[in-house]
Amino acid sequence: MRLKEIPISVWIGMTGIIVALICAFFAPWIAPYGETEVVGDVWAPASDQFFFGLDNLGRDILSRMIFGARTTLFVAFCATLLSFTLGIVMSFIAATNRGWIDLGLSRFNDLMMSIPTLIFALVVLATLPQNMPTLIIVMAVLDSTRVFRLGRAVALDVAVMDFVEAARLRGEGTAWVILREILPNTLSPLLAEFGLRFAFAILFVSTLSFLGLGIQPPTADWGGMVKDNKDGIIFGISAALVPGAAIAILTICVNLVVDWLLRRTSSLKGGRGDA
Amino acid sequence: MPELLEVKDLKIEATSYPPGEDPVRITIVEGINFTLERGKVLGLIGESGAGKSTIGLSALAYGRGGVEITGGQALLDGEDLLAMNRKEIRAIRGAKVCYVSQSAAASFNPAHRIGDQVIEASLRHKLMTKAEARERAAYLFDILGLPEPESFGKRYPHQVSGGQLQRAMTAMALCSRPDLIVFDEPTTALDVTTQIDVLAAIKLAIEKTETAALYITHDLAVVAQVSDDIMVLRDGAMVEYGPTEQIIEQPEEDYTRALVNVRSIKHQEAADQKRKYFEMSGIHAAYIGGVKVLNDVSLHVPKGQTLAIVGESGSGKSTLARVATGLLPPMAGEVRIEGEPLPAALKQRSRDQLRRLQLIYQMADTAMNPRQTVGQIIGRPLTFYEGVRGAERDRRVQELLDQIEMGEGYIDRYPAELSGGQKQRVAIARALAAKPEIIICDEPTSALDPLVADGILHLLLDLQKKKGLSYIFITHDIAIVRAIADSVAVMYQGELVRFGPKSEVLSPPFDDYTDLLLKSVPEMHLGWLEEVLATRKIESAGN
Repeated sequence: MRLKEIPISVWIGMTGIIVALICAFFAPWIAPYGETEVVGDVWAPASDQFFFGLDNLGRDILSRMIFGARTTLFVAFCATLLSFTLGIVMSFIAATNRGWIDLGLSRFNDLMMSIPTLIFALVVLATLPQNMPTLIIVMAVLDSTRVFRLGRAVALDVAVMDFVEAARLRGEGTAWVILREILPNTLSPLLAEFGLRFAFAILFVSTLSFLGLGIQPPTADWGGMVKDNKDGIIFGISAALVPGAAIAILTICVNLVVDWLLRRTSSLKGGRGDA
Repeated sequence: MPELLEVKDLKIEATSYPPGEDPVRITIVEGINFTLERGKVLGLIGESGAGKSTIGLSALAYGRGGVEITGGQALLDGEDLLAMNRKEIRAIRGAKVCYVSQSAAASFNPAHRIGDQVIEASLRHKLMTKAEARERAAYLFDILGLPEPESFGKRYPHQVSGGQLQRAMTAMALCSRPDLIVFDEPTTALDVTTQIDVLAAIKLAIEKTETAALYITHDLAVVAQVSDDIMVLRDGAMVEYGPTEQIIEQPEEDYTRALVNVRSIKHQEAADQKRKYFEMSGIHAAYIGGVKVLNDVSLHVPKGQTLAIVGESGSGKSTLARVATGLLPPMAGEVRIEGEPLPAALKQRSRDQLRRLQLIYQMADTAMNPRQTVGQIIGRPLTFYEGVRGAERDRRVQELLDQIEMGEGYIDRYPAELSGGQKQRVAIARALAAKPEIIICDEPTSALDPLVADGILHLLLDLQKKKGLSYIFITHDIAIVRAIADSVAVMYQGELVRFGPKSEVLSPPFDDYTDLLLKSVPEMHLGWLEEVLATRKIESAGN
């Protein structure tokens, strides 16, 4: 893989992601002010001192954005990773075993999907203790139903191929069949879905925070910041737009990179030759 | 007589886009010249990649997926097809020049009745009224030997057999009274016993309608039956061009000679066939849903010998392989190796029992994981059965690669970087890696070009001699049976019709089905088709 073969769109996407990651990892050192520190007037406009201005309580928006990246990315990434692990394992077990295992898992999945996600999440989060692990698990479980659907569909296509049968004839166990024969051949659609789901997870955690059931104040997160500052929009104060734009840009960046990964992993020549 | 089609200096190119480099022009076909008179048939023959389909499609001024016709002329009735604009070409396609593709099943729209699809082009070009078109279709169905020609068109594609569908497609092409039809491997996807009927129907229809045809195929014996002239192609260039008789009887080029004399293998049948090394006895099997596929099948193969199982599709020969491997536990009957019964189901078999019986698939493409390298594919059985790892594993893989005559430099390649024949060789190496005693070969050569298939058969026989392997060779091709088998089992509709040493099974007196099967194998001489049609006793079940 030569660097010059990477298209410009990927560089843009990677830059966006790396900036977000740096913010997330080094927030306390980068941020000019503290996460919850009140440094001036409510909704003070942008100035040399405060790059994006101040929020509804007089906290520095840039600092909170940097700290917010940490929370938002962490929650979204953990939730997506967990939902994929859960969804892929369950769906591949269903697809390789077929029969009643498939039937049971698929119908249970249908049952879960029939309940609107947001309402389900609101009900569950309202009853459970409001902390970050709970939030991640609830998001992951709800999202894994979508992953299950996709995973089962792609795995079924691969599971009927002769090479899977050949592995079974050799006497390979389910774990080998799933991890070595089926998974590598389903990676492209799953990776693409991962990027998309990650973007959705950012939106979802933001939505929950906006509704007051996600990340709890005073911890900064992008969705919560939109909520905190939404009233300002009426007065022509753009504070709410900054975290909104950050969510949009990060989502696009993730997708730019995923699109490219998708093209690369769909090559059957190990990335050599045709793309 | 003036020429109908005259192709001069045809050059066809495609553009390939390697990543990070400038696009490259690839010449697919170059310097092709031929002429075709009205009512004559020209056979285009060559291996895959020879450019025969590409040349055939140029008669319709059509380039498949990114292929461009960049030079030369294709004169139809004196007018250059390649210089025409889109509108003029559309007026010719489906009216003056028609196309019959390899897979009729994939080419018919399953949602419409056959009759409507057959007359569609004629109506579209306003060549005839609907009533006339229907009448013509019924007439064509009749010549092509389709059942109930008046009402055949009312059926849907899934309601007729593969052979009938292929003939319906020929009717579709003939319907608009075209001057020229391009047949692209019209019988390749059919059973030998069905192929012969379709071939006869096509030949008769061409004669009756006085249409000219380009007949594309990889099977020289088939094209010899229908064409007046033959052009042999290789790698996009012409090798030899002449009257059929001369090409078959006095080929001038070495390559043509190789094609004519393909299947040169002579295998002396083993004398002692009594010892039952691998045995299947009293097998009854059915798929879920209750349709019985195998009915009381018993056969055996001695050590170091080859049992060929022949039959047309649907005869149950592949199901027999599934029973033997344990993929489909039989309803009754037993599978034994050296007298020791194997558990019916795959899951109950021990690792060692699995090792002793290996399977080689028809399609090497789908039989290997496209995400694994050759080294991983061949190495896995070594690790799995013997626990060989690391450098020792690489050494053993290379040893196997040497045995299949592939040599160095392949370990890190992916299947997509191999040719069809190489893929099948790797599949054989994977089977060998398990150190098996019996290999079931499920039509391992039927997807390959004749010369490549010949190489694979040679390899299998060599390996048998060196390692004392027993083969159960499933095929529909009697020529292969003649070449490699010691004993033969003939299957027909789930039953064993005939089983015994090759010399007995393949010599008279025959039962009706074996007779049909033997006579259906195209032979490399003129007039074979007519002889067979005159002498055979029954028709194929798949017809």
